[in-house]
Amino acid sequence: MKVEQVSVFLENKPGSLEEVTRILKEADINIRTLSLADTTDFGILRLIVNNVDVTSRVLRDNGFRVSRTTVVAVEVPDRPGGLHGILAALKNDNVMVEYLYAFVEKSGENAVIIFRFDDSDAAIDVLRKNGFNVISGEKLYSF
Amino acid sequence: MIYNDEFETLPREALEALQLKRLQQTAQRVYHTVGFYKRTFDAAGATPDDIRTIGDLQRLPFTSKQDLRDNYPFGLFAVPMSSVVRLHASSGTTGRATVVGYTHRDIETWSELVARCFVAAGLTKNDIIHNAYGYGLFTGGLGAHYGAEKLGASVIPISGGNTKRQLMILQDFGPTAICCTPSYALNLVEQGRAMGVDMQALKLRVGIFGAEPWSDKMRDEIERALDIMALNIYGLSEVMGPGVAMECQEGREGMHVFEDHFLVETIDPETGEVLPPGETGEIVFTTLTKEAFPLIRYRTRDISRLITAPCRCGRTHFRMDRIQGRSDDMLIIRGVNVFPSQIEAVLVGIQGVEPHYQLIVDREGALDTLEVQVEVSDALFSNADEVRVLQKIERRIDKDLRDYLGISAKIKLVEPKSIQRSEGKASRVIDKRQF
Repeated sequence: MKVEQVSVFLENKPGSLEEVTRILKEADINIRTLSLADTTDFGILRLIVNNVDVTSRVLRDNGFRVSRTTVVAVEVPDRPGGLHGILAALKNDNVMVEYLYAFVEKSGENAVIIFRFDDSDAAIDVLRKNGFNVISGEKLYSF
Repeated sequence: MIYNDEFETLPREALEALQLKRLQQTAQRVYHTVGFYKRTFDAAGATPDDIRTIGDLQRLPFTSKQDLRDNYPFGLFAVPMSSVVRLHASSGTTGRATVVGYTHRDIETWSELVARCFVAAGLTKNDIIHNAYGYGLFTGGLGAHYGAEKLGASVIPISGGNTKRQLMILQDFGPTAICCTPSYALNLVEQGRAMGVDMQALKLRVGIFGAEPWSDKMRDEIERALDIMALNIYGLSEVMGPGVAMECQEGREGMHVFEDHFLVETIDPETGEVLPPGETGEIVFTTLTKEAFPLIRYRTRDISRLITAPCRCGRTHFRMDRIQGRSDDMLIIRGVNVFPSQIEAVLVGIQGVEPHYQLIVDREGALDTLEVQVEVSDALFSNADEVRVLQKIERRIDKDLRDYLGISAKIKLVEPKSIQRSEGKASRVIDKRQF
């Protein structure tokens, strides 16, 4: 039930993000969601895409440092307290979150939160035990 | 193995007697045939007759790179052009090019010296040598080429560039030795791996690398990646080209200077004072046998030291340590002297970064600033896509530069393609300061 995410190392300079999006456009890759973590010097672009293999290959071929990491996607109702419910459950079981980002599904009813955990398997167990809907990579890539 | 047993193992006393005789002849010849030397000798109050011992060399004036430029193109030639059979020139990237000429006999001597280098590296006529030094005005390509032919080895004159084709030939022709710059060797490794070539399975067993300063750590990396023995060769076009000095496979600690053809001194780059052997300073050469382009006390601006201890290979010629930097490459960052090679040595010691780097020197107000741009390694980023891991590497580099070199630098992690890959000499330093 895990999801693969593609991370790209970017220098902070004009056009570096544009270069990534151009390469993905040319490779006919659709970005489902993304987040950008940045410092003063560099950034890490994290992408959920419709084709992980092609994305990492074309970026690597164009000289980018790329990594594939495992994340967990959880569906929650898009209403006040939705995210809080998940975090409260994780806190109770002492599960640490490395980072997270979110998007709202097309239907507009649910939000999807992408989590990066130290230990994805343990986190999935906790989420399931608490009745949260952990969604598969296949489902997420084809939203 | 030794190519010219007689001259490479001459007892020191006989060697010094030979050097004195050749020095006297060279001093006489340049004084009477090259106007520049007559003027500089006269200005220094020296005459060729003053040379009675090797120590008297110190009475003669230095020759600088600027002197060569001022006499561009043929002003320092000691023979008529009808006797010159070859011209080479330095790249001229840092100013006007310097032009050097060779007579037939000079080419013969040079070929023999490069053949000596190959034999010191354990090569024989049965070897196939992949010569990836650039052919052309640069001395590297043709210098190595003639030496390989002199030895009777099979030489592949591939020259520099076109890395994909080089990789194909390395696989198909099965050369046993390679000559190129160390940074180009790493470039070949990187591109070969990207193309799925098993670089350790190539037939290469020896690499002869030179034309730019490199570190022992870089040597280890090249040796591991290609499964070869990597040896250091030294030369500069003004003095002759590659083959002025060469490391032997037995010693692998310093390069034997072919002292029957070159006199070597170390001087303090600031004062010009001659330093005792063993002390680090600027290397100065005087040619002893060159006909077309003899040089008296040429300041190379290369920083090294001489090793006078006997070598287990049996050669009696003194060795010079690997080049630590150039006196004009030396960066003075807030009063601390640093050579790019020292920064490289620190970077190679840190897991998670690649030995591809660039130094940007600038000045903010009255203060020099140094920015070290370095690539994150694929292995590091593949395993961790978190900001804190990358920031930890930055802090580690910062700390190591402070601890080992006493300098503070701004560390910038860059994308692999930001630092230009070398197809010849790597350009490591960008100095934006206005003096």
